[in-house]
Amino acid sequence: MRQFEPLTRKKDNQPVRYLIVDDSVFARKSLAKMVESFGGQLAGEAGDGLTAITEYARTTPDIVLMDITMPQMEGIEAVGRIVQDHPDARVVMVSSVGYQDNILAALQKGARHFVQKPVKPDALYEIIRYVLSDESAATPVGAAGESAR
Amino acid sequence: MRMDLIQPFIGSLDAVLAEMMKTPARIVDLTMEEDGYRRKGLAAMVDFKGQIEGRIILDMDPQAAAKVVSYLAGEDVDPGETIVPETVCELANMVIGNAVTQLNDRGFEFRVYPPALVTADQCEKAGHDSEATILCFETPGGNVYLNIAMHYHARRAREHSPISVC
Repeated sequence: MRQFEPLTRKKDNQPVRYLIVDDSVFARKSLAKMVESFGGQLAGEAGDGLTAITEYARTTPDIVLMDITMPQMEGIEAVGRIVQDHPDARVVMVSSVGYQDNILAALQKGARHFVQKPVKPDALYEIIRYVLSDESAATPVGAAGESAR
Repeated sequence: MRMDLIQPFIGSLDAVLAEMMKTPARIVDLTMEEDGYRRKGLAAMVDFKGQIEGRIILDMDPQAAAKVVSYLAGEDVDPGETIVPETVCELANMVIGNAVTQLNDRGFEFRVYPPALVTADQCEKAGHDSEATILCFETPGGNVYLNIAMHYHARRAREHSPISVC
């Protein structure tokens, strides 16, 4: 897999930490591999929305990658609960189902962005960079150096 | 069966295989299901309900599924590994998700259910009001079968059709 210019948190220049939520082990491994190629760290994993809520509180990740269709609690409900408890949470929905209604519902619950499966690494990288840019939390290492000058 | 409803599933499988296997796929056979579906390899089924109801079964040669995992892992993965059948479920999820998204954009509404692994050798015949089409895709890793059975609810579609406003 292609290696990307690492994204780091601007506040402390540490790797961005991710919580990956998907009921598919394959999908979680695939996404973990991608965020690794972005220079990120895996803060935690969850296989359903309910576990995602407790894992978020436990790991306080910088980014959550959240599937929609999952057992026990679906991703849209989980994002609502996470954002309610943690208004600064940055959640990116990652789903194969890209209905406008689904996207709208997720955004209304507080998700920051949506990416459709199969996930293309380039697209996810740009989305994460965009989502983190709202508090200038992350920039590619090279770009951070330039802005410091 | 309406080809305009099947086409998104074909396009979706083609796109998913291209992305996940990084190899081309081509349709080499198309048959109609008659006596229920006989599983060929590792198979996952996804149900959907709404204006169009039915199910798809994605059935892959274990070697083809292992190739997808191997590509991700960066090393050869044995087709007997537990992650391999799980991968077929996720691929089925992607295929149907992308297809129903396209159909939803055209005004059809439905709900998709999580994929389930098919363990029986022989599946029940699709409902009496559904026709099942089986497409065989050839890939360098092995064959991939897509079984599509669906029923179009014209009445539900009429009930949900948008009202034109001049």
